Amino acid sequence: MITKLFLERFDKAGWIFLGIMAAVAIFVPLSNLLLPVDSALHVPTHVMSLIGKYLCYAILALSLDLVWGYCGILSLGHGAFFALGGYAMGMYLMRQIGPRGVYGNPVLPDFMVFLNWKELPWFWYGFDMFPFALLMMALAPGLLAFLFGWLAFRSRVTGVYLSIITQAMTYALLLAFFRNDMGFGGNNGLTDFKDILGFNIQAQGTRAALFFVTALLLILSYVLARWMVTTAFGKVLIAVRDAESRTRFLGYRVEHFKLLVFTVSAAMAGIAGALYVPQVGIINPSEFSPANSIEAVIWVAVGGRGTLVGAALGAVVVNFLKTSFTTGFLAPYWLFMLGGLFIAVTLAMPKGIVGTLQDWSGRNRARASALDASAQKPAE
Amino acid sequence: MRVVIIVIQIRAFCAAVFSLLAILVYAPAAQADFAASLARFAQDEFAETAIAIDEIAASGDSRAQNVLEALVSARLFVDPASKKVFRRTVANVVHDATNGEPVAAPPVGLQVVRINNRLRGATQNAIGALTLMAPDPARRRAAAESIFKSRDATALAPLEAAIKIEKDPAIAALFAQARAVLVLAAQGTTKDQQLDAINILRTRADIGAIAALRSVSDKADADVKTLAADAVATIEARLRLMSHVQNVWYGLSLGSVLLLAAIGLAITFGVMGVINMAHGEMVMLGAYTTFLVQEVFRAYAPDWFDWSLPVALPLAFVFTGLVGIAIERGVIRFLYGRPLETLLATWGVSLILQQTVRTTFGPTNREVGAPSYMSGAFDLFGLSVTWGRMWIIVFTLFVFVSLLLALKHTSLGLHMRAVTQNRRMASAMGIRTPWVDAMTFGLGSGLAGIAGVALSQIDNVSPNLGQSYIIDSFMVVVFGGVGNLWGTLVSAFALGVANKFLEPMAGAVLAKIFILVLLILFIQKRPRGLFALKGRAVEA
Repeated sequence: MITKLFLERFDKAGWIFLGIMAAVAIFVPLSNLLLPVDSALHVPTHVMSLIGKYLCYAILALSLDLVWGYCGILSLGHGAFFALGGYAMGMYLMRQIGPRGVYGNPVLPDFMVFLNWKELPWFWYGFDMFPFALLMMALAPGLLAFLFGWLAFRSRVTGVYLSIITQAMTYALLLAFFRNDMGFGGNNGLTDFKDILGFNIQAQGTRAALFFVTALLLILSYVLARWMVTTAFGKVLIAVRDAESRTRFLGYRVEHFKLLVFTVSAAMAGIAGALYVPQVGIINPSEFSPANSIEAVIWVAVGGRGTLVGAALGAVVVNFLKTSFTTGFLAPYWLFMLGGLFIAVTLAMPKGIVGTLQDWSGRNRARASALDASAQKPAE
Repeated sequence: MRVVIIVIQIRAFCAAVFSLLAILVYAPAAQADFAASLARFAQDEFAETAIAIDEIAASGDSRAQNVLEALVSARLFVDPASKKVFRRTVANVVHDATNGEPVAAPPVGLQVVRINNRLRGATQNAIGALTLMAPDPARRRAAAESIFKSRDATALAPLEAAIKIEKDPAIAALFAQARAVLVLAAQGTTKDQQLDAINILRTRADIGAIAALRSVSDKADADVKTLAADAVATIEARLRLMSHVQNVWYGLSLGSVLLLAAIGLAITFGVMGVINMAHGEMVMLGAYTTFLVQEVFRAYAPDWFDWSLPVALPLAFVFTGLVGIAIERGVIRFLYGRPLETLLATWGVSLILQQTVRTTFGPTNREVGAPSYMSGAFDLFGLSVTWGRMWIIVFTLFVFVSLLLALKHTSLGLHMRAVTQNRRMASAMGIRTPWVDAMTFGLGSGLAGIAGVALSQIDNVSPNLGQSYIIDSFMVVVFGGVGNLWGTLVSAFALGVANKFLEPMAGAVLAKIFILVLLILFIQKRPRGLFALKGRAVEA
């Protein structure tokens, strides 16, 4: 019964998405590890890392779609949650370096030795333990989102105002993390990682495992998000998106719903960031830059807001375009392309790829059933 | 206390009378013929040389310093045959000391003008005094400052001589202060002299005066010590006040920059409700227009360079205004009523504009020059005010007032207000609302463009110029209250001043972070800004 309820939550697009993701999660790492290098189906390690990166972005896009597509909260600060999760992971990885740093200090990361610090700042305590770090990857962004959302939603800051202050939030964090005396490595951020959970972070096996975990978490995030939006809770979210005042007059505590979905979404973005860091090998303050957050919004818009699958698809498509454009002779034109994408999607394809496809198939089905109906009429 | 001041005033009066007399007596001597004085060196007598030194020092002649420096370092020569005086420079060129012309073939058998230690001292004092009496006021000023800092006791005599003939009251005050420092530092000055000195130093509000006053020795009279402590307290209080005034000034300056950047946004976002993320790029385009105009001036009319900014202003306004109208017609008009989509689309526009400029002009900073009236500084009650900042504040207020007047007293302003208040009613009354929308957006963009002209004077002109202002501008508009120009004005200056007061305490970056966090919290408290619109317009 429960299984049936669970299965009913996914539409056709969802099943296709889950199928593809499961295949990718299993095929890519196995192909990378087991198939010979000259095989046509072999996935080289750098390609696997690249796809892994896209999948992290896809999780971020999912989290953004959850708040924007279903609740109408256009957050221009989701990059901040992503980066916070990334920093939590980065701090764990820094502590794992131990005495193998350039200065050989067993406790202090290199940049602290360089700044002539004698003691570990209090907020670095506990990050040598993975479970704690794991908790912080979701908790730090979640807590920030909770505080921020509690203040903002309670006083009914909505629409573009909310967008602007979320942007101000990530900008303030950007400035803060650039400071050397914040204790997060300043300008250079955290890098030169060695191990994760005792495994060499550069090793092929570790990378394959990280890829698998990322794909798995993307599936889990999708399932969680889908579950959230298809329950009664999700119906209220959509009601808030479409008619906030009316929902409030119907007796729902709108701010509670918004706060919960915003916090969950931020934690999800944090986890995406945490998975991102070991795969790219660095986290620095530029991840907080407001442009990054806005770029994430365009992934969702391109794929189709309010479809979840579309968000993930958009993240992969746009980033694939970005990679192909920014490497090679097309590099100077990437920003034209991205800018054009922003304009084209908002003007010509407001529902995004998936939304437009669904419209088409819906219209075709409607036309087909209309034809059926008219065909049956004389028989009556 | 009061008695002391009266005594000082009497003393000052006596001093003034005496110095007047001194000038009268001194003046004929100063007229002594320079050549005749030089001729005394040829006598080769110490007594004659001493007189020559005094006369030359007193002559105030521009050649005097060279001659005396040559004398001290044994580079002054006499030709025993012709009795003419020659001077060899450090670079080993022989000059005729009388007319200063280089001599190609100096006569054979030149003899050094001999001096003894007493004369050497006299000469050195005379050189010091010469800079104190130099015709160039800047040099006299510098000499006074250097004595003030060095507290060199031997400078007292020339300083006193200089005080007697100084005519510029500002420099005379500097001399008096320098003398006061020397008096305080010297041994065996009377109590009255010391009190006098302290009161002179009190008028000087800087760290140097405090240091001089603190150096009053413990053995000094109790009155002197109390007065010195009192003077230190006065100066410190004045310095504190000055630093506050300075913060306010810097804050106003920053505020005017914020206001300039935000004022166009106050129109597009505040009045039309359009989120224009490409606003910063309009500012950037304005700055690049300035750059282009200046390039043209550099190439064709370098003498008229000062006119480049007045020429750039209307051009920037028209150009960015047209770009704005194109954006409105091409993109934004399809998105009215969908603010979030507008935000994304205009962000796309901003990326395209940035990249266009980057590919055309290159990613590096372009050189925008400052016309003569924008450079330099002037002194306002001890506060150094740069002309550039000054003009930007004046210009900002001018733009603000013009905009207010334009909204109130032109037909476009009337139409704009009508359309914002009730679009359908305005349309029914025959106002072409799409045209008004385009014009309003053009106006906002044009304002951003002229902001760019002003900002090109104080910021780097690069493709990223706009990005650094966009968040600040939005915060200013939101803080001030959307749809309220006065709110924008107050909020820009308030944010600017608050930022500058926080900076000395926390550093520039932390101050900015504080302000951002405070703003975020403020918006929670008053989501519609400082001066929120009330009534029906709120729901529009």
